Amino acid sequence: MSEIIKLRKGLNIKLKGSAEKMLEVLPFPATVALKPTDFPGLTPKLKVKADAVVKAGDALFYDKYHPEILFTAPLGGKVISVNRGERRKVLEVVIGADESAGFIEFTKADPTTLSEDEIKEQLLKSGLWPFLKRRPYGVIASPNEKPNSICISTFDTAPMAPDYNFVIEGQMDTFQTGINALAKLTDGKVNLGINNDSKFSHVKNVEITQFDGPHPAGNVGIQIANTSPLNKGDIVWTINVQDVLFIGRLFETGKVDFSRIVALTGSEVETPKYYKTVLGAPVASLIDGKLKQADYNQRIISGNVLTGTKVKEQCYLSYYDSQVSVIPEGDDYELMGWATLGINKFSATKTFISSLFPKKEYELNANLHGGDRAFVVSGQYEKLVPMDILPVHLLKAILVNDIDKMEQLGIYEVVEEDFALCEYACTSKIEVQKILRQGINTMIKELG
Amino acid sequence: MKFIKNFFVKTEPLVQKGAKFYWLHSVHEGFFSLFFVQKDTSKSGTHIHDFIDLKRTMGVVVLALVPAILFGMYNTGLQHFLAIGEAATTGFFEMFLYGLIKVLPVIAVSYIVGLGIEFVFAQQRGHGIHEGFLVSGILIPLVMPIETPLWMIAVATAFAVILGKEVFGGTGMNIWNPALIARAFLFFAYPAQMSGESVWVALKDGDKLVDGFSGATPMAQAAAGNIDNFSVADAFFGFIPGSIGETSTLAILLGAVVLIVTGIGSWKIMVSTIAGGAVMGLILNIFAGSAGLSPEVATYFSLPFWQHLILGGFMFGAIFMATDPVSAAQTEKGKWIYGFLIGILAIIIRVLNPAFPEGMMLAILLMNTFAPLVDHYVVNANIKKRLKRASA
Repeated sequence: MSEIIKLRKGLNIKLKGSAEKMLEVLPFPATVALKPTDFPGLTPKLKVKADAVVKAGDALFYDKYHPEILFTAPLGGKVISVNRGERRKVLEVVIGADESAGFIEFTKADPTTLSEDEIKEQLLKSGLWPFLKRRPYGVIASPNEKPNSICISTFDTAPMAPDYNFVIEGQMDTFQTGINALAKLTDGKVNLGINNDSKFSHVKNVEITQFDGPHPAGNVGIQIANTSPLNKGDIVWTINVQDVLFIGRLFETGKVDFSRIVALTGSEVETPKYYKTVLGAPVASLIDGKLKQADYNQRIISGNVLTGTKVKEQCYLSYYDSQVSVIPEGDDYELMGWATLGINKFSATKTFISSLFPKKEYELNANLHGGDRAFVVSGQYEKLVPMDILPVHLLKAILVNDIDKMEQLGIYEVVEEDFALCEYACTSKIEVQKILRQGINTMIKELG
Repeated sequence: MKFIKNFFVKTEPLVQKGAKFYWLHSVHEGFFSLFFVQKDTSKSGTHIHDFIDLKRTMGVVVLALVPAILFGMYNTGLQHFLAIGEAATTGFFEMFLYGLIKVLPVIAVSYIVGLGIEFVFAQQRGHGIHEGFLVSGILIPLVMPIETPLWMIAVATAFAVILGKEVFGGTGMNIWNPALIARAFLFFAYPAQMSGESVWVALKDGDKLVDGFSGATPMAQAAAGNIDNFSVADAFFGFIPGSIGETSTLAILLGAVVLIVTGIGSWKIMVSTIAGGAVMGLILNIFAGSAGLSPEVATYFSLPFWQHLILGGFMFGAIFMATDPVSAAQTEKGKWIYGFLIGILAIIIRVLNPAFPEGMMLAILLMNTFAPLVDHYVVNANIKKRLKRASA
């Protein structure tokens, strides 16, 4: 049996609105879009113009500094528009889906019979490469480097997160095919982090480790830190469960199939459940008619409530997300809110009555519940990060732009999601994830 | 309550930059956010935030101080009536009322002076009013002898807030605990008024004192070699002269329970400080029989170690002062070292240096100074571990 690692630090935030284990297949949406902004640090170069007709798998844009990394159309059709923001930055490439546009044909083969280079080429050309992210920094992996290992977490402990044991049903063989392809890309192992009662425990060609504990135990970064922590110079690649399925399908069918199961969750959703849709689908196609009627504002989030992106109904799902969360915006004043008993106020501290009811589920909104302050309270962050790292000191090193200290204090080991709980729990409402990304960007800029 | 909200919402444009009342911006924001949690929502990062904020954190600490405050008021009355020999004939409420009347002006002066300065600095710097002084403002009165003149409280508070805190950048940036800075300032600037036997008990001219009344605190008496002049129970429950809030170990421990249960105060610092005090007390006990000690010192050496913990400001310091998260060590391992050294130093200063009967204040200020050093070594240990891992 695999090794079991118990993690004590962390916090499960129990929210109302987890998805029921029911799947509804949605028709393909009329439009899909890729958003270059989903990739931190990417400078996109367009390959298509408006009105061009593309097949599914045709490149839409590429990485200026790694031209071999392509970003391809999830569905065939016509490029309706390229939406730009300030300074002509590309925000969205929108495609009007049309099934008759067809597919690009890729090699259909058992990955175990292919060489490393063949697999790499196929992933790059088909636009599946960007699903591989590298640690340090949590950016798209570079095709020129070889990772020590590839790590995959098969469970998500974030609030209301999708259950991959449910998502994977009927697709285990495809997952195995994807794993076999990935195994060729590293001289090390493919590491699979599983939880208790996991359907992934029978996957072959991998090293399995079981993790028990509260969030963020399901974060791949935490799993890496507790098995073989990253040192300077080490490179590990990570990939999400559903993205392994994309790779599996590519090799099984020779076509790109970006269909993905997305959990629609949150207290503002009438019946939270799973929907099968496609990468880059419009948010509206997922939520229309499924939210509660409300006379207050609602916040729609692509992703989970800790790390997701705020989106509008006319936006598109983000590239890596398997979850949409909808919560109340909470943009209203609350009378003496800081002094109430707080039966409905979840807190990482025990200063509210709610801490007497550990099993209760909460409806939390996006209000900050306080003004931003300097670091005052100590010891809060340390309780929430199950790694051998000093979060506050690392953040302070970033704030003073001390590159040596950032490196010494372990910036290579973390990405935003690993510190997201700190930001949630912070008394001083410090923007932890923003600061951390700022530090990572500095490191990329200074050290490459 | 709607009219309060409307008032603040309506006056908001008047205090914006460029408007007529911009100089009231921070005050407006401060009071508005006191009455109403603001409507700001998350702009980056996590979409949900904990309901805890600095107001509630400070609120919990003030709540934890309530037993000590109330007891301090009662004890002020009690000590007064004991001194004039009318304790037996005076009721509980009369004593409490006497203390209330004596203590309230001290609290008021501390808050008015401190918050006034905070308002000015917040406005100058263009940021919101930070809540740190909510706690400092009540700690300052509690560590003062009752007969400290109000003008001295005002001067000390101003000194503490400006030079102890604002020059470093305000709440969260200070090196020393502001309340202890206020106390230390008075101790060194006005030694004549702040020590001796007349400041600890509230008396007015013409009060007729009972025979044998000294007014000295057990600390001072112990330093003089008279460790038997008070009963252990009195010291634990707090029926002894001393600074307003520090006498009752019981009331302080009630506060400690609040701080530990809510997780606001660091139990690690509390436990390690008490452990440090006890260990040093034991060490002194061992050397109590050594030759060459004067008889007073030798008796003080032989004070049972646990009695040190219930005397003077030790417990108050350990629970409410050492645990100030800003001036304490910030790393979890550092907190153990920091607290333990406070305990050791407090007893050393208290017993071995008769000029400073209250060692706790100095011990905490000293360790505040060294807390960054302690943290430095803890952080370096983490760095070294990471380097070692890389080269292994």
